[in-house]
Amino acid sequence: MAQEITTKQLRKWLLAYAARIIENEDHLTELDTAIGDADHGVNMRRGMGKLQERLQVEGQSEDISAFLRSVAMTLISGVGGAAGPLYGTFFLRAATSPTNGSSIDLPQLTQMFRYGLDGLQQRGKAQADDKTMIDTIQPAVEAMEAAVAAHQSAAVVLAAARQAAHLGMKHTIEIEARKGRASYLGPHSIGHQDPGATSAYFLFETAAEVLTTTGAD
Amino acid sequence: MAGGQVEIGQAGGLSDDGETLGTDAFKILSAIEEVWCEDGVLLLMDLGSAVMSAELALDMLPEQRRQKCLLSNAPLVEGAIVAALHASLGEPLQAVNAVAEAALSVPKLPGAG
Repeated sequence: MAQEITTKQLRKWLLAYAARIIENEDHLTELDTAIGDADHGVNMRRGMGKLQERLQVEGQSEDISAFLRSVAMTLISGVGGAAGPLYGTFFLRAATSPTNGSSIDLPQLTQMFRYGLDGLQQRGKAQADDKTMIDTIQPAVEAMEAAVAAHQSAAVVLAAARQAAHLGMKHTIEIEARKGRASYLGPHSIGHQDPGATSAYFLFETAAEVLTTTGAD
Repeated sequence: MAGGQVEIGQAGGLSDDGETLGTDAFKILSAIEEVWCEDGVLLLMDLGSAVMSAELALDMLPEQRRQKCLLSNAPLVEGAIVAALHASLGEPLQAVNAVAEAALSVPKLPGAG
């Protein structure tokens, strides 16, 4: 039987994500001060605080779709800036992907990210190279799909996703913003890493750290 | 028909404290429900997250209600005034939106625009 990822592990992943964002609040603020309105750090920190509270409530449903929906709801009302509806839509759409109830296998996990990415693109109407979180998430999902098609293990699939996400995030330094507040700066946005692409990178960094350990906790 | 009365809801900031800048799709959703009537609801937005949050709020509405909601490209302040005036005259949603959006091209200063 292929490796299964449980709701418990997804919860652990998102707790690690929340902690990583909170640790990096100042870094996100710094990036958003350069090319945005300096609120990405504080918005994400607020949302992640709410997410931590939500995830630590005992006795929640172990159904993956219900779990992802509750994550989405928390982010929609907890984040505030453009990241709220974007991350909210990502998880809301991810919640509609097929599961085995309280677990998913690796192809399903990959599909969950694909659903989230598709939702994100419909909501934000950004394409690759617009200097947004899409520049991190799209190559990461594509790398996951390629690794899954090659029957790689969870560790390999998620390492590939992290690496592609990292390259995508760094690529935003070189390009001009065409979406979001940074697009008002035109060519002046070149040379700065996109804050949304950065917060999105941590999704894959923490997934590679947490979701590759077998079994819960 | 509005018959001289227009319901106006607002949904700025986050739900929690009413002090934090930003938008909350759930807050927008409840504002739509609050002012709901069968003639429909016109949504005016400012910049940034407002547009995406409004779209997300519409996604969460039941289909038959969503069809009667319209996202307007009108400027928030000028559009709200023009839309309220025309809605109070009992004009249909599409017509109200058309005049509100036309407010985009009305100059504020004589000779400008």
